[in-house]
Amino acid sequence: MAAKPIEGEQRAFMTGNEVVAWAALAAGADIMYGYPITPQNEIMHYWTRMAPRYDRGFLQTEDEISAGFTTVGGVLAGKRAFTATAGPGNVLMQEAMSMAEMMRLPTVVVVTQRGGPSTATVIYSQQELNLTCFGGNGEGLRIVYSTSSHQDLFNYTIKAFNTAWKYRFPTFVLGDGYQSKMREPVTIYDPATRGIVMEECRPMVGLPGIAGIDREPAHLRNTYNLEDELYDRLTASIKDYQAMIPEVVEWEACAVDDDEILVIAHGVVSRAARAAVDSLREAGIKAGYFRPITLRPFPEEALQPLAARAQRILVVESAHGQLERQVRASLYGLETPVSGYLRPGMGITPEEIIGAVQQTLRS
Amino acid sequence: MALAAQPQMPRVWRAETKPHKFCPGCGHGIILKALGEAIDALGIQERTIFGCDIGCSLLSWDFFNLDTIQTHHGRTTPVLVGIKRVRPELVVVSYMGDGGAYAIGAQHLVSSAVRNDLVTIIVVNNTQYGMTGGQMAPTTLPGQKTETTPYGRDVKLTGRPILGPELVAAVAPPGAYVARGSIANVVQLKNFIQKGLLNQIEGRGIAFIEALSACPTNWRTNAAETWRFIEKEMAAYFPTGELRTPGEAKNGQAGEGTPGAPEH
Amino acid sequence: MPLNIKIALAGEGGQGVQSVAEILTEAAYRAGHQALYIPNFGVEQRGGVSVAFVQVSEQPVSAPKFTTGDIVVALSYRAVERVKQYTGAATTLVYDASLEEEVREVYGDQPRKLAVPALEIAQKEMHPRVFNVIILGVLVGLTGFLKQQEVKEALERQFGHKFARDPSLRDLNYRALERGYQLGSRRGAK
Repeated sequence: MAAKPIEGEQRAFMTGNEVVAWAALAAGADIMYGYPITPQNEIMHYWTRMAPRYDRGFLQTEDEISAGFTTVGGVLAGKRAFTATAGPGNVLMQEAMSMAEMMRLPTVVVVTQRGGPSTATVIYSQQELNLTCFGGNGEGLRIVYSTSSHQDLFNYTIKAFNTAWKYRFPTFVLGDGYQSKMREPVTIYDPATRGIVMEECRPMVGLPGIAGIDREPAHLRNTYNLEDELYDRLTASIKDYQAMIPEVVEWEACAVDDDEILVIAHGVVSRAARAAVDSLREAGIKAGYFRPITLRPFPEEALQPLAARAQRILVVESAHGQLERQVRASLYGLETPVSGYLRPGMGITPEEIIGAVQQTLRS
Repeated sequence: MALAAQPQMPRVWRAETKPHKFCPGCGHGIILKALGEAIDALGIQERTIFGCDIGCSLLSWDFFNLDTIQTHHGRTTPVLVGIKRVRPELVVVSYMGDGGAYAIGAQHLVSSAVRNDLVTIIVVNNTQYGMTGGQMAPTTLPGQKTETTPYGRDVKLTGRPILGPELVAAVAPPGAYVARGSIANVVQLKNFIQKGLLNQIEGRGIAFIEALSACPTNWRTNAAETWRFIEKEMAAYFPTGELRTPGEAKNGQAGEGTPGAPEH
Repeated sequence: MPLNIKIALAGEGGQGVQSVAEILTEAAYRAGHQALYIPNFGVEQRGGVSVAFVQVSEQPVSAPKFTTGDIVVALSYRAVERVKQYTGAATTLVYDASLEEEVREVYGDQPRKLAVPALEIAQKEMHPRVFNVIILGVLVGLTGFLKQQEVKEALERQFGHKFARDPSLRDLNYRALERGYQLGSRRGAK
């Protein structure tokens, strides 16, 4: 038995991609399947350097379709398997994730968003929200964690494995190119030292005993002959998903007791939003801050009373209305005016948000 | 009263799901019988995982007393490779049609062959897409009428039928087992499948078996015409036999022990 | 005024811009500051100008990139043009003295400028390789949030394996750092 990758906890100054590789190691991930795409590559680079020391596997596949389906195979076999991708690779990844959604397979995918649509930029974006939450030909029965910092990347990569294996829905860690490539301080740790118990991984095929003699065979399918069969299957999954929501939904908020304007942002943009709200408060402007951490399920119950109390809502995102649409859907029927500071594929600074808030309040 | 002429089912078949769902005259049942007998002969029921694709092959999702995964069109091999990489003690069988193998899943077939993945792939070649109603497949013969080539396949516009085993034999490293059998010679086909399973069990490399099969439903043929098509027309274009057996050198190329050859 | 500084560095690939950013932020992090560094990369960088964004602060850094730097460093002809977008009226523009003409053309009467003859010093007095360490020294001197010893330790972490093979390299790097430091802190004292 190889030693633990991280003993206790350690402070480090590293890139986000390195953080993800460490987190997957610390979480006890057994294998990564992957295909090169920027800005995800260094997750594979660090993983392939460290994994053999801890008896973990890696397979470089022929494309993201294969990376997704080999990951599916890995979890079917009862192993903590994951992959990482971005942009056009995330598009291809959706086919396997739709199978994972139908068959309730606990896949973990780390997405490092880049500009879109198409090849676009390799740098940064928040345009993969729709795709990551709803990319399949179904209802999006998935869990999507949107990270904002290296600490988040570490914490939520570990958590993603546990959420996936506990609830059996495909789980995503939605980062971005900035988080992948930047260096900032982070505390990495052995989950056990924080009292985190890793969910048990049970195989779905290759079970003990002879099928048909000692036990029933596992006959797993995603094709149904009849409308009713599919409907029953999905109804059960949707019921499970809804029952799960209160247990997995996450969000954070501040300065929302007396706010005139509520700024909503997710991911790395939420850092700038938080800083902007702090500055605005210092300047006497009553701004509040809300950040959904799970984009799927979306924290609509938490948001609704805050939104009702505010006089205006400003959604800030590096996409053109993907988060805003989620917000509007959550707040349907509420009369608080919603506007957006929408910058597809562009980084957003606190100064820009301050400007946007001031303009919104003037309008 | 017991029927005297009740055919013997392979032990690994799941009796509860028989009779199976394939059309009358379909070749799948024959190929799955050959596979069942090979699994019985090797005594590997306890550790065999069966994966089936989309198309008529998916109807085999509950065919065996084997843990089974019905995957997406063309993606069965990656799923089984994913399993095999973390559970090498299992024997994984990837079962699909010619569309899944040579069209939508071609990149996976080529890449698994190049990697010499320890997986046994069985491809059912019936020269068209059966489940979707008989469209042209990569294996449709020149001049053959299908729903998307109603005047016959024009090779100038759509190319010539793919030779799958020949392709795999050309790219797979030493250790690979590649063969083409036919439902017209079940004994040989079973032998090929059994050798293909053994190749994986012994860790030598990929095993690839194409089986020439029949689709009288979409071919709109009677029994005599069906057999004539398989034994004459298909066999003329798709020669049966072993193309690669483990240990042998590729044609005119260095064999094992050369750089890049997998270690055994 | 609490520490909160934004630096954009730009140069040609191979000039060591990213190493300067990495050493500077790593040293800042070790000295107990909050630090964030992000390079440009991929298609953005191939064949283009290499840009590094550095932020050091007492508070956790918010956005990874910024619109206007407190210090902007241009080390090549193309970089002078490239970093214009990060330069405001309060920005101190640091550039290699050989780029005087381009800087005058692009920036006109930028109020705060510091020309550093790093290329010339590296080539004539030291070694072309330590060009970026001179720049590092300039930034350490100019900003004042790091002790020289802290930077030396960061250099050791980055280049220790090279120093071990050839100890004279350590001395060379230290001299380059010191020389840059003097150039930067003289300005900083003004």
